[in-house]
Amino acid sequence: MANTTKSKGITQLKNPWLAGLARFLGLFVLVFIFFALLLWAFGKNPFKAYADIFLNTLGSSYGFSETLVKMIPLILTALATAVPSRIWLINVGGEGQLHIGAIFATWGALTFSSLPILILLPLIAALGFLGGGLWAMVPGILRARGLVSETISTLLSNYVAILLVSFLVFGPWKDPESANYPQTAEFVEAATLPAFGGTRVHLGILFVMAALFIFHFILSRTRWGLELRAMGVNMEAARRSGIPVTRYVVLLMFIGGGLAGLAGMCEVSAIQGRLRPSLSPGYGYMGFLISWMAGGNPWGIVAAAFLLAIVTAGGDILQMTQGVTGSVVNILMALILFVVLARRGRRAGGK
Amino acid sequence: MIESILGSLLIGSIHSGTPLLYATLGEVFDERAGIVNLGLEGVMLMGAVAGFITTVQTGNAALGILAAALAGGLFNLFFGFLVITRKANQLASGLAMMFCGVGLSALVGARFIGSKIQGLNEIRLPFLSDLPFLGRVLFNHDLLVYMALPLAFLVWWVFFFTRWGLSLRAVGENPTAAFAAGKNPQVLQYQALFIAGLLAGIAGAHLSLALAKTWSEWMTAGRGFIAVALVIFSKWHPLWAVVGALLFGGAIALQLQLQALGVPISSFLLDMLPYLLSLGVLAIWGRSRRHAAPASLGQVFRGTE
Amino acid sequence: MNSFPLLSLRGITKSFPGVMANDRVNLEIYSGEVHALLGENGAGKSTLMKILYGFYRADAGEIRLNDQPVQIHSPHDARRHRIGMVFQDFVQIPAMSVAENIALFLPDLPVVLDRSGMVQRIREVSRRYGLLVDPQVPVWRLSVGERQKLEILKLLLADAQILILDEPTRSLAPHEIEGLFEVFANLRRDGYSVIFITHKLKEVLVSADRITVMRRGKISGTLPVSEATENGIISLMFGEEVYESPSRPKKAARQGVPPILELREISTRAEGEVWGLQKINLAIYPGEIVGVAGVSGNGQKQLGDVILGLENCSRGTKFLWNREATHWSPAKVRASGVAFIPEDPLGMAGFRWLTVQENMAMVDTRRYSRKGGLAMDWMAVRADLEDSLKRLGFTLPFFYVPLGFLSGGNVQRTILAREMAHQPRLIIAFYPTRGLDVRSAVAARELLLSSRDAGAGVLLISEDLGELFTLSDRLLVLFQGRIAGESTPQETTIQEVGHWMTGSRRDDGQYH
Repeated sequence: MANTTKSKGITQLKNPWLAGLARFLGLFVLVFIFFALLLWAFGKNPFKAYADIFLNTLGSSYGFSETLVKMIPLILTALATAVPSRIWLINVGGEGQLHIGAIFATWGALTFSSLPILILLPLIAALGFLGGGLWAMVPGILRARGLVSETISTLLSNYVAILLVSFLVFGPWKDPESANYPQTAEFVEAATLPAFGGTRVHLGILFVMAALFIFHFILSRTRWGLELRAMGVNMEAARRSGIPVTRYVVLLMFIGGGLAGLAGMCEVSAIQGRLRPSLSPGYGYMGFLISWMAGGNPWGIVAAAFLLAIVTAGGDILQMTQGVTGSVVNILMALILFVVLARRGRRAGGK
Repeated sequence: MIESILGSLLIGSIHSGTPLLYATLGEVFDERAGIVNLGLEGVMLMGAVAGFITTVQTGNAALGILAAALAGGLFNLFFGFLVITRKANQLASGLAMMFCGVGLSALVGARFIGSKIQGLNEIRLPFLSDLPFLGRVLFNHDLLVYMALPLAFLVWWVFFFTRWGLSLRAVGENPTAAFAAGKNPQVLQYQALFIAGLLAGIAGAHLSLALAKTWSEWMTAGRGFIAVALVIFSKWHPLWAVVGALLFGGAIALQLQLQALGVPISSFLLDMLPYLLSLGVLAIWGRSRRHAAPASLGQVFRGTE
Repeated sequence: MNSFPLLSLRGITKSFPGVMANDRVNLEIYSGEVHALLGENGAGKSTLMKILYGFYRADAGEIRLNDQPVQIHSPHDARRHRIGMVFQDFVQIPAMSVAENIALFLPDLPVVLDRSGMVQRIREVSRRYGLLVDPQVPVWRLSVGERQKLEILKLLLADAQILILDEPTRSLAPHEIEGLFEVFANLRRDGYSVIFITHKLKEVLVSADRITVMRRGKISGTLPVSEATENGIISLMFGEEVYESPSRPKKAARQGVPPILELREISTRAEGEVWGLQKINLAIYPGEIVGVAGVSGNGQKQLGDVILGLENCSRGTKFLWNREATHWSPAKVRASGVAFIPEDPLGMAGFRWLTVQENMAMVDTRRYSRKGGLAMDWMAVRADLEDSLKRLGFTLPFFYVPLGFLSGGNVQRTILAREMAHQPRLIIAFYPTRGLDVRSAVAARELLLSSRDAGAGVLLISEDLGELFTLSDRLLVLFQGRIAGESTPQETTIQEVGHWMTGSRRDDGQYH
């Protein structure tokens, strides 16, 4: 490779890797400038907007804690895509798996509300994982049998799951005491994930840390991790070496779905306190994009989740302080994605 | 009594099915070229908002339709730039476009929430509209509805009876073979994506100009994804898409009817039908349907594109 | 035939790294002739035709058409000069109909398709030359023979004058082969020139007007079919060499000992263009090397896959170590002591982004897993790898390098070291010395011999007849999914094996 690269006039940079990084960061700066221009074109003050976002996410300890709160479901749903992506499975169904996990957890919370917290909380966590896992397992089995691509089946089953939540919440599980609000009864204390300090950062963060750690550990140290990595590199050779590929396909989809289900459980238990249709602002899809941006790498996932958490929180903040609709921040998110996408040849995750 | 229920059902089915049909026809162009566009929602929304704003400003709904088509076409061209020229991952790019479309349309349309328009009115055809029952059901619709069926036939003719259609289908099946035959896959894909954008934009226009006659954020409410499911359900064939759109439009209409009649089937369960049906069709006929899907789509779904 | 050649290749020379594919080749083709190009794999026939079709550019030499020199730098040029080629993998679109596939490749297609006109034209040409296939049928419904007809129709309708076919009878049934030769005759009648590449002798004698034999990049002879004899052709193809008998005294296979591997009446389904196995009976005893000769593509891969347990047989039974093993999983087969050395080590058995050490562990992950799978004993992995390398006499640069960074030879060595690490008692080796330098090739052969001497059984699948003759205790020949011949190196000759490989003689002694 040439010793110099022409990137934004940084012709003196000798290290091609550094030059690439500089170009990447440069594009990011362009993204923020572009978004600022967009805001300005619609009559909003971009400086104030960015300042507000900064103050309310990184600039204050409460803001930072809110960012962490959003990172919890984002990292879990990102892992939901990342885990199956190690063997090239494409799980776009994080959103649906999250919802089904929430449903299972809600059922547990409402049915066993008299159990003590030390039993009830782990129970509904397990139910959340189970729900999401089963929801993802069906597409996994269909794929293992060679019938349907998991991309399509997980995508379609998203909508069924979201509608199921609405059905339950408007129908059989509707809280009689909430007038006409579509939501279930409130969870008892024993079913609520406790939070730290005065913040909303809840015990779910332990799930995240455990999941990241286990993911990294299994992949790098264990026998199964070796087999997974081998499958990701050369599926045919893996089959010839005797690795039970179909079993892994179903298993990984189950685990991925389970993680998303866990995210659902966290949202209903810690944040919402009950099951509502507005459970998720698209965490599942964002998780897919995070995993994809990070190439399935756990550290990249944390970084990308951090970025998207700020962007998402920014939406709520802009709505309050600038009177601009929260949806706007989707543009910022899309722009960030475009920058990553436009660099040639990337894959859904894994190497 | 039955007649009026049936009539309402059919009208509703045609009404709700029309935007679905346009969107599906658009996605058929995408996928026949070998590209999956998960961002169809975004394209439809851009069309809806562009059409609405134009109609509000000019008072002319026909201009609105044109603006919607153009907006959709250009939006989809950008998607094309990502996946064709930059060779970005199609699924991620599609989702990114969806988010972009949702946000951009919300931003641009914020000022126009609550505006009122004449919109697209029903056009009465002499003699035909006066027929008993059929007149009320079939010949009392707006311009876009009337154009939908002929359009589907036009699309069918283009795909199977023109050189361009043949070349495009070849690209979607096997770009290498198409290239060996002297065609330029990239150019053909861009052309297909532009047309797809036009159609999806018109679909959005029908929503904002005819069905709802207003603008609200994310008013497509998942119809873009239903269209993706519909494409699979109709085996990538424009004429079957008509049947599919009517069926799924009917499901939407059915829930309204049942609500009106006080039948306690949850509308949400009915809304699930399109997706469950598509899934069922795929699972049962998965193996044989493989021959129906444009072959290079398989690479998208295996992650090897 | 005219007196002037239609096409003439003069002095065509082409070399690739390490191999001289075409060495000053001269060839003349007349219009209205069927010309067969015969030779073993690697003789240079495909390269020559690919140069003619514009896929490669020759290093030296010229091509003349109608005595005018022409430049052919791409398939597009070739098609412009009315040269068309039918490859072994057809460039077709299964979902579209025959007519649509043909239309796609026509240079003069109108904007609005004239479907019925197209169908009419296809029917006319079909009838004229005996290429009967229904234009409206989607291609995935066609048999291999019919798909081949489609390929030929594509060429004819695109106005080709010289048709090149690469191994056209590879996957055809006998009656389809007859049909194809009738097509050749019809084409010849109308002045077309047909060049076809093959390794099957008897077909050439039946269908061609002239035969050119290539060997090791050179033309070893061109002659009209009237002057050709089987033995003569075989000599041209394989040379006059006599191979030495095995340099080591062969250990007599122990009597009364059950075979390590036994296949009884094994058949697999043919898939598309690939030959299925047909009633294979095979046994490998401890302490012997069984060589399998044959042109690749005649069922070798299926044989390996069936033994490994990767492919199910539609009929027949398999026994390993005297136990019923027909439905064993690959993991079970390998764990029972079977080693596989595949024909494409990096592609089929290597993990290019895993380190050498990790590749080693893949031979049997269970063996190296500790604490129920939570940890891997990398020290044991390295120790076993070092032991294996020492026994083989190889060295590898560094264990922590990803396999993909190693040279082809080192990759091969890694796979060999891995497979041989735990003293397998049955070794299935595919083309084990292909691509190796002389020293490594010798070492690999020594390895197989010493394994045999230690009591293992070896199935050696190779295209190198010299290697097969030197190493094998028994020799089988695979042709079109059947065992076409069975003998020992002492009792047979290269020529006879050549006959079996090219299908001109079956082991029942009949001439066909």
